[in-house]
Amino acid sequence: MQMIERFLLGGVIVSLFAALGDVLRPRSFAGLFGAAPSVAMATLTLTLLDEGKDYAALEARSMVVGSIAFLLYVLACIRLMVKWRTPAAPTTVAMLFVWGISALGLWWLLLSNL
Amino acid sequence: MKIEFNRASLRQLKLHDYLTRFVLGGAITVATGLIAKHYGPVIGGLFLAFPAIFPSGATLIEKHELDKKLRAGIPFTVRGRLAVALDARGAAMGAVALAAFGLIIWRFLAHHNAAVMLGLALAVWLALAVLIWRVHKLHIYLSFRR
Repeated sequence: MQMIERFLLGGVIVSLFAALGDVLRPRSFAGLFGAAPSVAMATLTLTLLDEGKDYAALEARSMVVGSIAFLLYVLACIRLMVKWRTPAAPTTVAMLFVWGISALGLWWLLLSNL
Repeated sequence: MKIEFNRASLRQLKLHDYLTRFVLGGAITVATGLIAKHYGPVIGGLFLAFPAIFPSGATLIEKHELDKKLRAGIPFTVRGRLAVALDARGAAMGAVALAAFGLIIWRFLAHHNAAVMLGLALAVWLALAVLIWRVHKLHIYLSFRR
């Protein structure tokens, strides 16, 4: 039941932010909503209800590291698409490994010993 | 530069586009919960900033630009890729603001009302993202004037 709630809330919030990105112009402004805290809003809301504030604050601390990885991910995508002219769809999917490696690397550097 | 609402772009989307986003959003939220349960909140928290909708949004933008050109009889275009690059530039600015969102929740959640902090962090995310975008646009404008 909890998984269904999580799925529905995540789906609704992500869809709302994505729709905002669709209707706003210019394109670079709409792009801001590609990095909206949609998953964070859904997850933190449910975490606060189930696990409490301390647990949610720990997740948010890691989220800061995940955001830096997100920045590195989009910069890598821009670099590939503009400089090497790679198509957008495979580039944005393939570069998710940059997010994964950056997030885990930064976690290891900054958070693993805390 | 003026910010505009273009509701017509919602009509360009098909039902499966909306469904894909809904399922992706739901799936990553469930996955984040499961990862946090298995590996703890420190690893699980990383996924609060996972680029959940960016790849599907980029794919849609590229497809729409390509379709537009195909309808005009042009079989090949770089517009889709460039439009996605512009969108990604916005996402980069949004990602900086996303870190501020996490920082506010991390530092202030323990001593304040949770709903207020979530609302405040969201407002700061939006304000900071718009501010960075505005400063970036001003920088471009001034560098062209020089």
